[in-house]
Amino acid sequence: MKMIVGKGSCGIAAGANKVSAAAEEYIAEKGITLPVSVAGCIGMCYLEPIVDVIDDNGEKTTYIKVTTETIKEIIDAVCNGKKAEQYIISPEDKAILDKQTRIALRNCGIIDPENIEEYISSGGYKALEKCIKSMTQDEVIEEIKVSGLAGRGGAGFPTWFKWTAAKNAQGTKKYTICNADEGDPGAFMDRAVIEGDPHAVIEGMLIGAYAMGSDDGIVYVRAEYPLAIVRLNNAIEQARAKGFLGKNIMGSNFSFDLRIKAGAGAFVCGEETALIASLEGERGMPRLKPPFPAQKGFWQKPSNINNVETYANVPWILTNGGDKFCAMGTENSKGTKVFALTGKIKKGGLVEIPMGAKVGDIIYGVGGGIKDGKAFKAVQMGGPSGGCVPAELIDTIIDYKSLAATGAIMGSGGMVVMDETTCMVDMARFFLDFTCKESCGKCIHCRVGTKRMLEILTRITEGKGKDGDIELLENLANQIKASSLCGLGQTAPNPVLTTIRYFRNEYEDHIYNKKCTAKQCKALISYEIDAEKCIGCTMCARNCPVGAITGKVKETHVIDKELCIKCGKCVTSCKFGAVKIY
Amino acid sequence: MSSNCNCAQQAFAELEKVGIDATLLEPVFDKYGKIEGSLITILQHAQDIYGYLPIVLLNYIAIKTGIKPAKVLGVATFYAQFRLEPVGKYLIMLCQGTACHVNGSVDIETAVCEELNIKEGETTPDGLFTLNNVACLGCCSLSPVMMINGETYGTLTPTKAKEIIAEIKAKEAE
Repeated sequence: MKMIVGKGSCGIAAGANKVSAAAEEYIAEKGITLPVSVAGCIGMCYLEPIVDVIDDNGEKTTYIKVTTETIKEIIDAVCNGKKAEQYIISPEDKAILDKQTRIALRNCGIIDPENIEEYISSGGYKALEKCIKSMTQDEVIEEIKVSGLAGRGGAGFPTWFKWTAAKNAQGTKKYTICNADEGDPGAFMDRAVIEGDPHAVIEGMLIGAYAMGSDDGIVYVRAEYPLAIVRLNNAIEQARAKGFLGKNIMGSNFSFDLRIKAGAGAFVCGEETALIASLEGERGMPRLKPPFPAQKGFWQKPSNINNVETYANVPWILTNGGDKFCAMGTENSKGTKVFALTGKIKKGGLVEIPMGAKVGDIIYGVGGGIKDGKAFKAVQMGGPSGGCVPAELIDTIIDYKSLAATGAIMGSGGMVVMDETTCMVDMARFFLDFTCKESCGKCIHCRVGTKRMLEILTRITEGKGKDGDIELLENLANQIKASSLCGLGQTAPNPVLTTIRYFRNEYEDHIYNKKCTAKQCKALISYEIDAEKCIGCTMCARNCPVGAITGKVKETHVIDKELCIKCGKCVTSCKFGAVKIY
Repeated sequence: MSSNCNCAQQAFAELEKVGIDATLLEPVFDKYGKIEGSLITILQHAQDIYGYLPIVLLNYIAIKTGIKPAKVLGVATFYAQFRLEPVGKYLIMLCQGTACHVNGSVDIETAVCEELNIKEGETTPDGLFTLNNVACLGCCSLSPVMMINGETYGTLTPTKAKEIIAEIKAKEAE
């Protein structure tokens, strides 16, 4: 029997460390034997902290929202050969896992990421052995080609093509690089994979390196992911000790070693030439392609860069066959994709589903629909580089082509769900603010253009929008797209263009009617007290920081609109819902 | 760096004046000084040691590594992780990622600013707290989120955020 505490960053944020410490303390206090081990994130972040108990027959019971108190009850029950029924995951929540096809996430939340033995006993490093002992370089690449695997970081470029280019490139020194600079706000699948199953990434890189004839690898990880760095470091050391990394791996002529380079916080470094510049200790600024990294990359040597999720798929493909991977998905997009489901969604977390599912399948089927019974408005796909898919396009099929047709992109798989209370102009302003700050400054249109667009969007949300602003935004957007060197600039205007495309009426409301229908833009709303609901409890008047609310006890209160700073404190302090926003 | 040059000693003396012990960096230079492309790694270690990267320290690193001071400053100011000003004892990293934004991170920022009486990017006069907005911390399902000295606090409300800070304040006052 053993107990497994889910400890991804999100689980820890929800209190998993405290729960496992409490468990160990209580077990010691009771003087029983019950090993407590660790797993990564299972993806059901809304139920964290999650604790699994595996009994002597191998049967698993999952407990959710465990606290330092309930863990004691669970241990008591387990000791008596029972289950703490009241804390067990509901069948409905459990079914969420059954609705998924987990390939990249196959081990996440199941095995102990800090123990290589668990990865090996789940079939780990078997794919590498198969490649080294029975396959040529070309055969490995052919298998990846058959699978149809495409880059999961955003661009969706065929993996086999990149590998072939690197293999055929001149030179003996070649680098295998993993892009774990997951900068897209709202996406966290790469973090979850590294934290939950680091060896899958290492094995994927090893297979890629074998196929390309590379002996040196680097994982470029975001500095904001300290736990991922720790787990990956630990995994690299264990793999080295086992002989999976190093010289003459498994007695062959193939040698490969791996190191980590921590990023320093720059979104643009997700672009491969900027990433290479950063690896070389420079400012992360992209350069013109060609030459492509496959010809001249890190230190001018042939380099292959793939995303974490891409590498994590590789061992599965080699073990199960490319045709099995290819059997899933649509004509132009094969296999599965991991999505990070967040925002105004009931059941947020990580989900992995075959390509070809519909947007609505994820939002309603897996995510359980919108929080607080509100109406679904749109979902932002692909982060700041992507666009919004509005409610009327909820049946859009998830593959590279169909999503691109809506103006959004697959991107790294971030899905931020928005409801009726989200202002689309404010959303566009938010993304522009992000890309404007993150622009490296090399291309003028990206550096200056995003700033000008941000100014226009800001003035629209402040109620100072002018006739012609929408057209000006569109004009600037097209110029930035056309004259930027890298993906950051080329895609930065997408959130603006898609919100204009689908929610032009909201822009017009802001500009011409000075109205924000989502009631988010402070300059365009006003607060009033409903005389029928107000009982005169004085709560709002006491909480108003500027003394704008007057009224006697047990009498209707009134807000002085001249004094009101629209902080919203009266709304949150009123227990009777009497303060209305107009 | 030529052996006749005494600029390293001069820079060292300047660092001493502001109370920075540059000898702590020696193991870092030993390990990475000779490896090309290690500037970011060296800066990361230096910030781990001193908490921030004052200009005098950047100059010292430039002299020790032979990299031009302009480039060292360029790299240090390009990346969001590097700070040229000292931070408070508690560094509050407030997530402003998409999911947090949609779930009201702006209100959290207002609440924290009110509680500490500082603006984003500033440090309280007592040197206890620094407030920084950061792009996604990757805990989107728990949004809105903030991280204080490595510990993550999720599903915040303005009141909850204020309470967390008040708790730290109370602990410090003891």
